[in-house]
Amino acid sequence: MGMTAMSSNSIPISETVSQVAERKPLSEILHEWVITVDHKRLGLMYIGLALLFLALGGLEAAIMRIQLAVPHAHFVSPQVFNRMFTMHGTTMIFFVAMTILFGFGIYLVPLMIGTRDMAFPRLNAWGFWMSAFGGLLLYFSFIGGEGLSGAGTAPDVGWWAYAPLTSPAFSKGHSTDYWTISLLIAGFGTLATAINFVATILSMRCSGMTLGKMPLLCWMYLVTGGLLLFTITPLTAAQLMLMIDRYLGGHFFDTQAGGSAVMWMHFFWIFGHPEVYVLILPSFAFVSEIVPVFSRKPIFGYPIMVAATVAIGFISMSVWAHHMFTVGMASYSNAFFVLTSMAIAVPTGIKIFNWLGTMWGGQIRYATPMLFCLGFLFQFLIAGLTGVMLGAAPFNWQLSGSYFVIAHFHYVIVGGILFAVFGAFYYWFPKMTGRMLNETLGKWHFGFFFIGFHLTFDFMHGAGILGMPRRIYTYEPNRGWETWNMIVTVGVLFQAVAVLCFAFNLFWSYFRGHATGNDPWDAWTLEWSTSSPPPAYNFAVIPEVKSRRPLWDLKHPEDPDWRYE
Amino acid sequence: MEESQGIPVSKSRVLVSVNDWSAFRTLAVSFGLTASSFAQSAAQESNSTNIFAPSSTPADSIFRLSLLVLAATGAIFAVVFSMLLYAAVKFRGRSGDNREPPQVYGSDQLELAWTVIPVLIVMVLFIASARVIHAVQDARRPPGTIEVTAVGHQFWWEFRYQQYGFVTANELHVPVSDPGRSSPTFITLLSADTDHSFWVPRLAGKTDLIPNHPNSLWIDPQEPGIYLGQCAQYCGTQHAKMLLRVYVESRADFDRWVRKQQAIQANAAMSPEALEGRRVFESTACINCHTIEGTVADGRFGPNLRHLMSRDTIASGAAPNTSENLRAWIQNPNAIKPGSLMPAMNLTNKQLNEVTEYMLTLR
Repeated sequence: MGMTAMSSNSIPISETVSQVAERKPLSEILHEWVITVDHKRLGLMYIGLALLFLALGGLEAAIMRIQLAVPHAHFVSPQVFNRMFTMHGTTMIFFVAMTILFGFGIYLVPLMIGTRDMAFPRLNAWGFWMSAFGGLLLYFSFIGGEGLSGAGTAPDVGWWAYAPLTSPAFSKGHSTDYWTISLLIAGFGTLATAINFVATILSMRCSGMTLGKMPLLCWMYLVTGGLLLFTITPLTAAQLMLMIDRYLGGHFFDTQAGGSAVMWMHFFWIFGHPEVYVLILPSFAFVSEIVPVFSRKPIFGYPIMVAATVAIGFISMSVWAHHMFTVGMASYSNAFFVLTSMAIAVPTGIKIFNWLGTMWGGQIRYATPMLFCLGFLFQFLIAGLTGVMLGAAPFNWQLSGSYFVIAHFHYVIVGGILFAVFGAFYYWFPKMTGRMLNETLGKWHFGFFFIGFHLTFDFMHGAGILGMPRRIYTYEPNRGWETWNMIVTVGVLFQAVAVLCFAFNLFWSYFRGHATGNDPWDAWTLEWSTSSPPPAYNFAVIPEVKSRRPLWDLKHPEDPDWRYE
Repeated sequence: MEESQGIPVSKSRVLVSVNDWSAFRTLAVSFGLTASSFAQSAAQESNSTNIFAPSSTPADSIFRLSLLVLAATGAIFAVVFSMLLYAAVKFRGRSGDNREPPQVYGSDQLELAWTVIPVLIVMVLFIASARVIHAVQDARRPPGTIEVTAVGHQFWWEFRYQQYGFVTANELHVPVSDPGRSSPTFITLLSADTDHSFWVPRLAGKTDLIPNHPNSLWIDPQEPGIYLGQCAQYCGTQHAKMLLRVYVESRADFDRWVRKQQAIQANAAMSPEALEGRRVFESTACINCHTIEGTVADGRFGPNLRHLMSRDTIASGAAPNTSENLRAWIQNPNAIKPGSLMPAMNLTNKQLNEVTEYMLTLR
């Protein structure tokens, strides 16, 4: 890039500075990481924490799948199995998915809006440490959960923790307390992070970046932040009520004293369903950044993408009771929640079509990030359609609580969210470390994961249609479920190999990866204008932008975007 | 198209006049091939819990709706997946060609189209769902209805036939519902402890049993036979072995079964060993949880044992009801069903044999 282009666009491009390696004692390095308020370091710590929990949650899943590979297996006891699915669900939702998505968001949002940090850097650090302590507390239950009555270790009430299974009569010892308090603590951290996202995106954008010129990623994190404020709150309230029930003689959910089990369900799912969108919107964000760059075209229909994102934010808060079609709501309530649940398919569909429109007529480069995005598009399409099936309440009366539902939401969370997250790793790793992830290993990772994913989760649909309920530690041999379950378990092996490829790639590429410049993908958003990894201050001079693709304008002064927007 | 014959079409619409689906039938069948092949494989298997092999009006209404939903989602999948595949192949970048493609920012017409068309599809699916919700949930009880109350317990089912004045467990008996003279069974769903869910896939969708929150569902099975199911809402340690069996019998067989359940057997025929077993039973904690009418046992925590030997299984379907299994169960319930709430009573071998002998007389 010539100096002329720089001055005409007001986006200073950092020269990659060769940093003089300064030897510091390990204790000092650790101390720096512990006290840091730098959004990039906190983002990386979130990602690291999530990867640690991903390994634990994956191990728990593997234990369940070994147990279920054949009927009447005795690999683990029913008690252990029940702890495994509770810990797997809780870990994956709260300490893997949310954590890793926050990590990317905290790392990327300030860079993409051209600022030097989040709006509240210390609150940012506080949020991370609350999440970390929440996660550690949850796992400490394996040691401390027995309590005075010596019952149980880790929580075994399921990740929804339906009442009255959590009441003192049915959950002795402290395992449920660990579950409640760890999520309460992590939830406070999450609220802090949500406030930080909203404040940062609304008030810290660089000069020229109106809301309509923000990268889509920032829009989606803005809506995520807003959603979190509305949805973590009822969960927090419900958990406080549960603790009042357990320790202060309350009867909110204690059915033996006239409490309401259904009220817990409403509280939980008014958190739980928007939570799905809290997780999927950042994944949409990654796809919305990666697909245009690798198709070499701007995002198709930016305004309607923003509108669809905001619509999803609102509608997602009115669909929660589709998790409760079997609890005996009145027929008109059921019909209402069918309508809202079906309605949310419309903005979601718009997004899929717009990504297709972005690819249409492009010059698609199949590097690993784009492969994962293609996997995302294919799987998220199916996840959306099985979601429509589940949204039709009568069909739901058969499908809910079965392996079909497990297949559906793993299509969303693994096939959708995790594929997008892996894409994000391959795409932004060079920015975070200055080195590329290895492409060959990346393609092996993609291949194994794609095969493993489909073996595991495609065949779960079949087991569900044949009437296999979820959360059972074993099953009868004569129901026609054996083959399906065996294939599902075999798929886990492929996924494990893929994750090992990924882990090896992370380590190897961090030390030996191909060193890269500021902008290895020839991309268009501001994070690629600074050095890789970015300096602590991100930008020496705060940039000024005129369009949604400032680096496109810089690279194509003869045909800049701002002429058309 | 021969798979279409695999779709069991209910011969009668007993209680609910489901609207005429024939307009959708052709479309549904062509996209519902997966469903119908599932249905075909199920027809040969008696243990089936296949949701696509309905044998009762609620399950059948759901099945018909699911064909429509599968047709709609199948069509959407075919269209969008073809577009995705086409775009991914057709627009792949050629190596060495670094020219940027034309920069297109959007198209109002296209975006309007893929907003409006999904809205229309969604409206159709909503209306179709709402009709089935109303038909199943708001159905009236016709004369001749059998009323049963099902109570979920950790980890077994209690069935109360108030009409007939007896209580049984785990194995629900209902009469076949003759198309001419419909006799559906309405089941009131209660829970004694945690949440459970009543799910017999071939008869009806699941409905939860929630403490302090009475629910109900109904079935009108049209083919005699044994229909399997199990608890579908996590209820604690032994959720997996809270199995359900529904016996659909001809009216005469059902009436015979009812009379047998109502009878209180005489003690005269008992062997001395069984009599001693009864004495052991009545003098241990067994009676705190179990009821046997005509004895001092009147506990409500565990299953009623009055006609224990009329059941095919014990421990909520976890084991066949044989004398060996009974003995093993009484000796240590946790060996068969770890986490079961029935304690081992630490009986001597002699006492075990005697109590088992007594149980065998409860016909």
